[in-house]
Amino acid sequence: MRIFDPHIHMTSRTTDDYQAMYDAGVRALVEPSFWLGQPRTSPASFFDYFDALLGWEPFRASQYGIAHHCTLALNPKEANDPRCTPVLDALPRYLVKDSVVAVGEIGYDSMTPAEDHALAAQLQLAADHGLPALVHTPHRDKLAGLHRTIDVIRESNLPPEFVLLDHLNETTVKAATDSGCWAGFSIYPDTKMDEDRMVTILRNHGTEKILVNSAADWGKSDPLKTRKVADAMLKAGCPEDDVDQVLWRNPVAFYGQSGRLHLDTPAPDALHEGNSILRGGE
Amino acid sequence: MLRSRKELDAELDGAARAWLDEALAEAAHAATEDVTAEASPYASPPWELRYAAAGRHCGPAHADSVRSLLLIEARAPLSSVTRLYEQGTAAERRAVLLTLHRLALDSTALPLVEDALRANDTRLVAAAVGPYAAAHLDPHAWRHAVLKCLFTGVPLTAVARLDERARGDAELARMLSDFAAERTAAGRDVPADLRTALTLTEIAPAAPTEES
Ligand SMILES: [Zn+2]
Repeated sequence: MRIFDPHIHMTSRTTDDYQAMYDAGVRALVEPSFWLGQPRTSPASFFDYFDALLGWEPFRASQYGIAHHCTLALNPKEANDPRCTPVLDALPRYLVKDSVVAVGEIGYDSMTPAEDHALAAQLQLAADHGLPALVHTPHRDKLAGLHRTIDVIRESNLPPEFVLLDHLNETTVKAATDSGCWAGFSIYPDTKMDEDRMVTILRNHGTEKILVNSAADWGKSDPLKTRKVADAMLKAGCPEDDVDQVLWRNPVAFYGQSGRLHLDTPAPDALHEGNSILRGGE
Repeated sequence: MLRSRKELDAELDGAARAWLDEALAEAAHAATEDVTAEASPYASPPWELRYAAAGRHCGPAHADSVRSLLLIEARAPLSSVTRLYEQGTAAERRAVLLTLHRLALDSTALPLVEDALRANDTRLVAAAVGPYAAAHLDPHAWRHAVLKCLFTGVPLTAVARLDERARGDAELARMLSDFAAERTAAGRDVPADLRTALTLTEIAPAAPTEES
């Protein structure tokens, strides 16, 4: 089974996670830039983070046989902090990088005017660079937030098929798919969405333009949720081809619109003995 | 291996060749221009944007060569080289490191090599120990670079002028022997490359010697 996790924050995960993901069938992933849990106080710390997503993290992934791409943006939460908003001016030089396959995560957190501005500006940046956009839907006031998000996308120069609306659930899936955007579902332990509810959604809505991710990060989360959804689909009698479509072909098709996906996954590196990562640093 | 313009022309298709022609023309133009005031701290000259996009237009296998040609054609000054390195992906940084010895930088770009040698990304470490490091790294830093290669599994064939610089280097020999002893104590293999380097240190230095 081949799996593409279209949304996972590997910076917060260990090499054991990489190994377990590889063993579960994960061969490619996209790491969106996001909020780190601790507020950043200057654009420079964003740049270091972006550089890590373009340098160190793909290197770590490659040692476990996983292709790593990223999406870059000013996230909705920090779009409200005037110390961070100059990141918007610097994004053009990052969006030309080879492994950047979308602008993201963008969207709404608390639906403020600053978030309106950052969302519209970054949808335009995506259009200017021929990139898709990964749009996060808010955790609070989700349905209203989704409607407002879709309105802003309609007014933008980015066509809906270049947009992935993420963190959806039963209450938001219809509006999302009606908009013509791709629909993403983050599967978490305990809260929000689980694998059995995901199977039901796939039953009702079909497998077209639907993506499933673990959204694993520094919070309670599980980087193997993609595989668990695949197993739940098979157990519920879904054909293997549907599993491959949702967990591989759909993310490839969505991010492939960037023209920058490289999936010829390197075999886990010949560096084992003496390797500084495997040994836990120098 | 970096390819020459001629070799690239033979391997690239028409569209990629045309893109490369334009990119090199922009770089050559930048070489003649007085690059002083910039509009924004984030603005970059057009050829530097080409530098980022090289792999997409000429193929990932040719990205190093194309980026290297752009740097040479632009006669990239220290300010450009530093910006491209600091703002670059790992692949963009590697191309800077591989080209330093072909630019008129003397030893001014050493901080970039030192940065790469602090990295744990073996692609950067391997690119950092090329001809530029051989020419400019002081003995202490150079010995640590060799040790780092052994530590992180970078083959010593990546180290430019290894035989020349290692010859008769008693301090390097001591470091290598200590490292071998540590490995043996831990019940781990001693890298074959370490023995090779140790043998090189045992060759008497060519007379007269001068540590560069
Ligand atoms: Zn996320």
